[in-house]
Amino acid sequence: MAIQFSPQEILETIRMVQMENLDIRTITMGISLRDCAHPDLETAGKKAYDKICRLAARLVAAGDEIEREYGIPIVNTRISVTPVALVAEASASDDYTLFAEHLERAAAEVGVNFIGGFSALVHKGTTRGDDALIASIPDALSVTERVCASVNIGTTRAGINMDAVARMGETILETARLTAQRDGIGCAKLVVFCNAVEDNPFMAGAFHGIGEPDCVLNVGVSGPGVVATAIEAEPNADFGELASVIKRTAFKVTRMGELVGRAASAKLGVPFGIVDVSLAPTPAPGDSVGRILQSMGLERVGTHGSTAALALLNDAVKKGGAMASSYVGGLSGAFIPVSEDAVMIDAAACGAITFDKLEAMTAVCSVGLDMIAVPGDTPASTIAAIIADEAAIGMINGKTTAVRVIPAPGKKVGDIVSFGGLLGSAPVIALHRESSEKFIRRGGRIPAPVQGLSN
Amino acid sequence: MQQKSNRIIVTVIGQDTVGIIAAVATVLAEAHVNIVDISQTTLREFFTMIMMADMEKATVPFDELKRRLNAKGEQMGLKIEAQHEDVFKFMHRV
Repeated sequence: MAIQFSPQEILETIRMVQMENLDIRTITMGISLRDCAHPDLETAGKKAYDKICRLAARLVAAGDEIEREYGIPIVNTRISVTPVALVAEASASDDYTLFAEHLERAAAEVGVNFIGGFSALVHKGTTRGDDALIASIPDALSVTERVCASVNIGTTRAGINMDAVARMGETILETARLTAQRDGIGCAKLVVFCNAVEDNPFMAGAFHGIGEPDCVLNVGVSGPGVVATAIEAEPNADFGELASVIKRTAFKVTRMGELVGRAASAKLGVPFGIVDVSLAPTPAPGDSVGRILQSMGLERVGTHGSTAALALLNDAVKKGGAMASSYVGGLSGAFIPVSEDAVMIDAAACGAITFDKLEAMTAVCSVGLDMIAVPGDTPASTIAAIIADEAAIGMINGKTTAVRVIPAPGKKVGDIVSFGGLLGSAPVIALHRESSEKFIRRGGRIPAPVQGLSN
Repeated sequence: MQQKSNRIIVTVIGQDTVGIIAAVATVLAEAHVNIVDISQTTLREFFTMIMMADMEKATVPFDELKRRLNAKGEQMGLKIEAQHEDVFKFMHRV
């Protein structure tokens, strides 16, 4: 049987995997905890622990096997669960930290590095369970390592719950305060969303949505290095050709996600959910979205043209990825997490990229204001106003936006905040000092925009 | 998903030298891996050999085989990689 691939095709694949950091960023198992609800919180926590350990027992081993068989690195295996507010509400307790500790134990037992879903969906208002979850976030994130939390405060259909937004400003500050000895690392595990999706495999915003089946596998691919190399080989391509190069590369990268997702599904006997075709950077050299934008011709990411470049990139990634898999979902696009991207870190350190530019870029990219260190003395109302701005962009444009900022205790503009590992490090970026306090204090809901009336 | 194949693709890239085919074929033979097809070409100044092989009756697991091939490559100053056929199938065929 003859080899049906050309030498060029074969070498291209080898190059992508060996030299350009093509990898599967995560295999995330989504697990429903709806059947773990119980009037006694400790019992509910134990039921959750048992279910997670049972379903995810072979998750890490399967990931290792697939990595060995196909030679494609699977960087992380993770778990996402039903928003805990929904599960824990059946109990009489008002402090869900205990539940988080069970999630932590389960994650440690099965060997995953993050478990997402300590979450609440409050875009129209809160229930007792939602309030308890939000109140527990600072403690839960300071006593656990692996638990990730998220709160959805707005949607295009519902508008923005500004009471929740105000509370999340305070929650973020409190979370930073409780993890002050580690530069506010708790905030690196907390995401505030608008239009959150139910099947995002990436942390810290992953949760297992209520429309999902009992157990599912979602794959997050990546490979900014692969895309950057492809672009660097075309210094004279016009924008149409550039978009084409990115699309083709995104196609190939996503195909690896499809291959791995199907293999994992077969091995574990769990349905395959989606491939999230996101270009997610890491601090590793070359593995950078900022590098892609600069290779498109910008002297420094953050200068004029960055928003247009990111718009082209984000769109081309989605188009290429959509053809590559039967089920593309999650966030799918390009991420710009500042602390996890070596080129973005440099641009922030020299002032080339500002907070306002980052906000503009979130209008056209995959998620939002992500992994940005801000001064430790930022008032809660300012953080709330940042969330409100980001939510407005998401709500009006019908896209997911999010805020994951770290008000680093004791740090000022120019100081470096360091979390280590995949969370990376970043310089503290300046915010506007003028107050938004009276604005935030109004409370209530920003009504859904007319775009939400889509029937 | 269709029946998973046991075929792998071994690539050798480097400066042309005596004994490349013999060396790689020996590693594969020792592991009871059957060579199905060989092609070679020169891409720019590099000699490139591509072998398709079948691990159906292999006596070692794939990662051990890869380790041996990588080691042989280092010994001879070549880059020898092995990858499962499905990786190429998925990436290059719609």
